[in-house]
Amino acid sequence: MTAIVEILSALFLLMGVFLFLVSAFGIIRLPDVYTRNHAASKSSTLGIMFILIGTLLYFYYEHGHFDFRVVLAIIFIFMTSPVAGHLIMRSAYHTGVKMWDRSVQDDLKKTR
Amino acid sequence: MSFQILLNVFLAVIWMFLKNEFNGSTFIIGYMLGLGIMFIFRHFFNERFYLKRVNAVVLLLLIFARELILSNISVLKAVLKPSLDIRPGIFAFETVLTKDWEITILSNLITLTPGTLVVEVSEDNRILYIHAMDIADKDEAVDSIKNTFEKAIMEVSK
Repeated sequence: MTAIVEILSALFLLMGVFLFLVSAFGIIRLPDVYTRNHAASKSSTLGIMFILIGTLLYFYYEHGHFDFRVVLAIIFIFMTSPVAGHLIMRSAYHTGVKMWDRSVQDDLKKTR
Repeated sequence: MSFQILLNVFLAVIWMFLKNEFNGSTFIIGYMLGLGIMFIFRHFFNERFYLKRVNAVVLLLLIFARELILSNISVLKAVLKPSLDIRPGIFAFETVLTKDWEITILSNLITLTPGTLVVEVSEDNRILYIHAMDIADKDEAVDSIKNTFEKAIMEVSK
Protein backbone atom coordinates (compact mmCIF):
# COMPACT_ATOMS: atom_id res chain seq x y z
CA MET A 1 0.00 0.00 0.00
CA THR A 2 2.70 2.49 0.94
CA ALA A 3 4.65 1.62 -2.20
CA ILE A 4 1.64 2.50 -4.35
CA VAL A 5 1.16 5.80 -2.52
CA GLU A 6 4.86 6.59 -2.83
CA ILE A 7 4.75 6.04 -6.59
CA LEU A 8 1.52 8.04 -6.85
CA SER A 9 2.88 11.03 -4.96
CA ALA A 10 6.11 10.89 -6.97
CA LEU A 11 4.02 10.91 -10.14
CA PHE A 12 2.05 13.92 -8.93
CA LEU A 13 5.26 15.80 -8.10
CA LEU A 14 6.83 14.98 -11.45
CA MET A 15 3.72 16.05 -13.36
CA GLY A 16 3.60 19.31 -11.43
CA VAL A 17 7.24 20.07 -12.18
CA PHE A 18 6.70 19.19 -15.85
CA LEU A 19 3.77 21.60 -16.04
CA PHE A 20 5.90 24.33 -14.46
CA LEU A 21 8.52 23.67 -17.11
CA VAL A 22 5.92 23.91 -19.87
CA SER A 23 4.61 27.18 -18.50
CA ALA A 24 8.15 28.61 -18.37
CA PHE A 25 8.75 27.51 -21.98
CA GLY A 26 5.43 29.09 -22.93
CA ILE A 27 6.42 32.42 -21.40
CA ILE A 28 9.65 32.38 -23.40
CA ARG A 29 8.21 31.11 -26.68
CA LEU A 30 4.82 32.73 -27.14
CA PRO A 31 4.74 36.08 -28.96
CA ASP A 32 2.77 38.62 -26.88
CA VAL A 33 1.44 39.35 -23.38
CA TYR A 34 -1.96 37.82 -24.01
CA THR A 35 -0.82 34.45 -25.27
CA ARG A 36 1.92 34.29 -22.64
CA ASN A 37 -0.73 34.86 -20.02
CA HIS A 38 -2.55 31.75 -21.29
CA ALA A 39 0.50 29.64 -20.52
CA ALA A 40 1.32 31.37 -17.25
CA SER A 41 -2.13 31.32 -15.69
CA LYS A 42 -3.19 27.79 -16.61
CA SER A 43 -0.18 25.52 -16.50
CA SER A 44 1.29 26.91 -13.31
CA THR A 45 -2.08 26.64 -11.53
CA LEU A 46 -2.43 22.94 -12.22
CA GLY A 47 1.31 22.45 -11.63
CA ILE A 48 1.25 23.87 -8.13
CA MET A 49 -1.94 21.96 -7.35
CA PHE A 50 -0.33 18.69 -8.40
CA ILE A 51 2.75 19.41 -6.27
CA LEU A 52 0.62 20.18 -3.23
CA ILE A 53 -1.48 17.03 -3.72
CA GLY A 54 1.73 15.00 -3.96
CA THR A 55 3.09 16.42 -0.70
CA LEU A 56 -0.28 15.89 1.00
CA LEU A 57 -0.37 12.21 0.03
CA TYR A 58 3.27 11.65 0.98
CA PHE A 59 3.04 13.14 4.45
CA TYR A 60 -0.29 11.45 5.14
CA TYR A 61 0.82 7.91 4.35
CA GLU A 62 4.49 8.13 5.32
CA HIS A 63 4.19 10.09 8.54
CA GLY A 64 0.48 9.79 9.36
CA HIS A 65 0.22 13.55 9.38
CA PHE A 66 -2.72 15.08 7.53
CA ASP A 67 -2.01 18.75 7.05
CA PHE A 68 -5.20 20.62 6.34
CA ARG A 69 -3.32 23.81 5.50
CA VAL A 70 -2.20 22.17 2.25
CA VAL A 71 -5.84 21.53 1.30
CA LEU A 72 -6.63 25.16 2.09
CA ALA A 73 -3.70 26.28 -0.06
CA ILE A 74 -5.02 24.19 -2.97
CA ILE A 75 -8.47 25.76 -2.64
CA PHE A 76 -7.10 29.32 -2.37
CA ILE A 77 -4.82 28.95 -5.38
CA PHE A 78 -7.64 27.41 -7.39
CA MET A 79 -9.91 30.35 -6.59
CA THR A 80 -7.45 33.21 -7.01
CA SER A 81 -5.27 32.37 -9.99
CA PRO A 82 -7.94 32.73 -12.73
CA VAL A 83 -8.82 36.14 -11.28
CA ALA A 84 -5.16 37.16 -11.32
CA GLY A 85 -4.87 36.07 -14.94
CA HIS A 86 -7.95 38.07 -15.87
CA LEU A 87 -6.68 41.20 -14.11
CA ILE A 88 -3.29 41.08 -15.82
CA MET A 89 -5.07 40.64 -19.17
CA ARG A 90 -7.40 43.54 -18.51
CA SER A 91 -4.77 45.99 -17.31
CA ALA A 92 -2.55 45.07 -20.26
CA TYR A 93 -5.41 45.80 -22.65
CA HIS A 94 -6.29 49.11 -21.03
CA THR A 95 -2.73 50.38 -20.99
CA GLY A 96 -2.65 49.77 -24.73
CA VAL A 97 -0.33 46.80 -25.04
CA LYS A 98 -0.33 45.75 -28.68
CA MET A 99 -1.51 42.33 -29.70
CA TRP A 100 0.68 40.14 -31.87
CA ASP A 101 0.55 41.24 -35.55
CA ARG A 102 -0.82 37.89 -36.62
CA SER A 103 -3.88 38.29 -34.38
CA VAL A 104 -7.01 38.11 -36.48
CA GLN A 105 -9.90 39.63 -34.58
CA ASP A 106 -10.52 42.31 -31.98
CA ASP A 107 -14.14 42.82 -31.02
CA LEU A 108 -13.30 44.90 -27.99
CA LYS A 109 -11.75 47.67 -30.09
CA LYS A 110 -15.08 48.51 -31.71
CA THR A 111 -16.71 49.41 -28.41
CA ARG A 112 -14.14 52.02 -27.46
CA MET B 1 -31.32 26.90 1.12
CA SER B 2 -29.57 28.17 4.25
CA PHE B 3 -32.88 27.98 6.09
CA GLN B 4 -33.23 24.30 5.21
CA ILE B 5 -29.69 23.49 6.37
CA LEU B 6 -30.31 25.36 9.62
CA LEU B 7 -33.56 23.46 10.14
CA ASN B 8 -31.75 20.19 9.54
CA VAL B 9 -29.06 21.01 12.12
CA PHE B 10 -31.81 22.02 14.53
CA LEU B 11 -33.57 18.65 14.05
CA ALA B 12 -30.28 16.85 14.67
CA VAL B 13 -29.79 18.78 17.94
CA ILE B 14 -33.33 17.85 19.00
CA TRP B 15 -32.49 14.20 18.29
CA MET B 16 -29.40 14.54 20.55
CA PHE B 17 -31.59 15.94 23.32
CA LEU B 18 -34.12 13.10 22.88
CA LYS B 19 -31.39 10.47 23.11
CA ASN B 20 -29.52 12.35 25.88
CA GLU B 21 -26.25 11.45 24.11
CA PHE B 22 -24.12 14.39 23.04
CA ASN B 23 -21.53 13.16 20.57
CA GLY B 24 -20.74 13.27 16.87
CA SER B 25 -22.29 9.96 15.85
CA THR B 26 -25.64 10.78 17.46
CA PHE B 27 -25.57 14.12 15.66
CA ILE B 28 -24.98 12.39 12.34
CA ILE B 29 -27.82 9.91 12.93
CA GLY B 30 -30.11 12.78 13.89
CA TYR B 31 -29.04 14.68 10.77
CA MET B 32 -29.90 11.69 8.56
CA LEU B 33 -33.29 11.26 10.23
CA GLY B 34 -33.94 14.98 9.88
CA LEU B 35 -33.02 14.74 6.21
CA GLY B 36 -35.65 12.01 5.76
CA ILE B 37 -38.31 14.07 7.56
CA MET B 38 -37.49 17.13 5.47
CA PHE B 39 -37.65 15.06 2.30
CA ILE B 40 -41.18 13.95 3.19
CA PHE B 41 -42.25 17.54 3.90
CA ARG B 42 -40.36 19.09 0.94
CA HIS B 43 -43.51 20.57 -0.63
CA PHE B 44 -43.93 22.97 2.27
CA PHE B 45 -40.69 24.81 1.48
CA ASN B 46 -40.69 27.72 -0.93
CA GLU B 47 -37.43 26.59 -2.54
CA ARG B 48 -36.58 23.13 -3.80
CA PHE B 49 -35.10 20.45 -1.56
CA TYR B 50 -31.56 21.57 -0.76
CA LEU B 51 -29.73 18.34 -1.61
CA LYS B 52 -30.48 19.01 -5.27
CA ARG B 53 -28.57 22.26 -5.08
CA VAL B 54 -25.69 20.60 -3.24
CA ASN B 55 -25.62 18.04 -6.05
CA ALA B 56 -25.46 20.84 -8.65
CA VAL B 57 -22.56 22.50 -6.82
CA VAL B 58 -20.62 19.22 -6.75
CA LEU B 59 -21.26 18.82 -10.49
CA LEU B 60 -19.93 22.34 -11.10
CA LEU B 61 -16.76 21.55 -9.14
CA LEU B 62 -16.21 18.42 -11.23
CA ILE B 63 -16.59 20.50 -14.41
CA PHE B 64 -13.99 22.94 -13.03
CA ALA B 65 -11.50 20.13 -12.46
CA ARG B 66 -12.08 18.58 -15.89
CA GLU B 67 -11.70 21.91 -17.68
CA LEU B 68 -8.50 22.70 -15.81
CA ILE B 69 -6.89 19.45 -16.97
CA LEU B 70 -8.15 19.79 -20.57
CA SER B 71 -6.91 23.37 -20.84
CA ASN B 72 -3.49 22.35 -19.61
CA ILE B 73 -3.28 19.67 -22.26
CA SER B 74 -4.16 22.20 -24.98
CA VAL B 75 -1.64 24.77 -23.71
CA LEU B 76 0.95 22.02 -23.62
CA LYS B 77 0.25 21.15 -27.23
CA ALA B 78 0.44 24.78 -28.36
CA VAL B 79 3.70 25.45 -26.54
CA LEU B 80 5.57 22.29 -27.42
CA LYS B 81 4.55 22.23 -31.09
CA PRO B 82 7.61 22.99 -33.25
CA SER B 83 5.82 25.49 -35.51
CA LEU B 84 3.96 28.40 -33.96
CA ASP B 85 0.74 28.40 -36.00
CA ILE B 86 -1.69 29.89 -33.49
CA ARG B 87 -3.98 32.74 -34.52
CA PRO B 88 -5.01 34.65 -31.40
CA GLY B 89 -7.87 37.13 -31.22
CA ILE B 90 -10.56 38.67 -29.04
CA PHE B 91 -14.22 37.80 -29.57
CA ALA B 92 -17.40 38.97 -27.86
CA PHE B 93 -19.64 36.50 -26.08
CA GLU B 94 -23.15 37.34 -24.97
CA THR B 95 -24.22 35.74 -21.73
CA VAL B 96 -27.70 35.13 -20.37
CA LEU B 97 -26.60 35.15 -16.73
CA THR B 98 -27.47 38.24 -14.71
CA LYS B 99 -26.30 37.99 -11.11
CA ASP B 100 -22.79 39.15 -10.21
CA TRP B 101 -21.63 35.92 -8.62
CA GLU B 102 -22.87 33.91 -11.59
CA ILE B 103 -20.82 36.02 -13.98
CA THR B 104 -17.78 35.73 -11.72
CA ILE B 105 -18.02 31.95 -11.73
CA LEU B 106 -18.65 31.89 -15.48
CA SER B 107 -15.58 34.02 -16.20
CA ASN B 108 -13.45 31.89 -13.90
CA LEU B 109 -14.65 28.81 -15.78
CA ILE B 110 -13.91 30.44 -19.14
CA THR B 111 -10.42 31.31 -17.94
CA LEU B 112 -9.86 27.65 -17.16
CA THR B 113 -11.33 26.46 -20.49
CA PRO B 114 -8.91 25.29 -23.19
CA GLY B 115 -7.51 28.30 -25.03
CA THR B 116 -9.74 31.10 -23.73
CA LEU B 117 -9.20 33.89 -21.20
CA VAL B 118 -11.56 36.69 -20.21
CA VAL B 119 -10.26 40.17 -20.99
CA GLU B 120 -13.18 42.34 -20.00
CA VAL B 121 -16.78 42.25 -18.80
CA SER B 122 -18.87 45.01 -20.36
CA GLU B 123 -20.47 47.73 -18.22
CA ASP B 124 -23.97 46.27 -18.38
CA ASN B 125 -22.77 42.73 -17.52
CA ARG B 126 -24.14 41.31 -20.74
CA ILE B 127 -21.09 40.77 -22.93
CA LEU B 128 -17.85 39.06 -22.05
CA TYR B 129 -14.79 39.82 -24.19
CA ILE B 130 -12.72 36.67 -24.46
CA HIS B 131 -9.19 36.31 -25.75
CA ALA B 132 -8.82 33.02 -27.62
CA MET B 133 -5.50 31.36 -28.26
CA ASP B 134 -6.77 30.06 -31.58
CA ILE B 135 -9.70 31.95 -33.07
CA ALA B 136 -10.49 28.95 -35.31
CA ASP B 137 -11.75 27.09 -32.24
CA LYS B 138 -14.05 29.97 -31.35
CA ASP B 139 -17.34 28.32 -32.27
CA GLU B 140 -16.43 25.21 -30.34
CA ALA B 141 -15.56 27.29 -27.28
CA VAL B 142 -18.81 29.27 -27.52
CA ASP B 143 -20.75 26.02 -27.80
CA SER B 144 -19.14 24.48 -24.77
CA ILE B 145 -19.62 27.66 -22.72
CA LYS B 146 -23.28 27.90 -23.66
CA ASN B 147 -24.21 24.26 -23.24
CA THR B 148 -22.08 23.15 -20.32
CA PHE B 149 -21.12 26.06 -18.11
CA GLU B 150 -24.12 28.34 -18.32
CA LYS B 151 -26.43 25.39 -17.87
CA ALA B 152 -24.51 24.11 -14.84
CA ILE B 153 -24.45 27.55 -13.22
CA MET B 154 -28.15 28.08 -13.85
CA GLU B 155 -28.82 24.69 -12.30
CA VAL B 156 -27.18 25.93 -9.10
CA SER B 157 -29.01 29.25 -8.94
CA LYS B 158 -32.45 27.98 -9.98
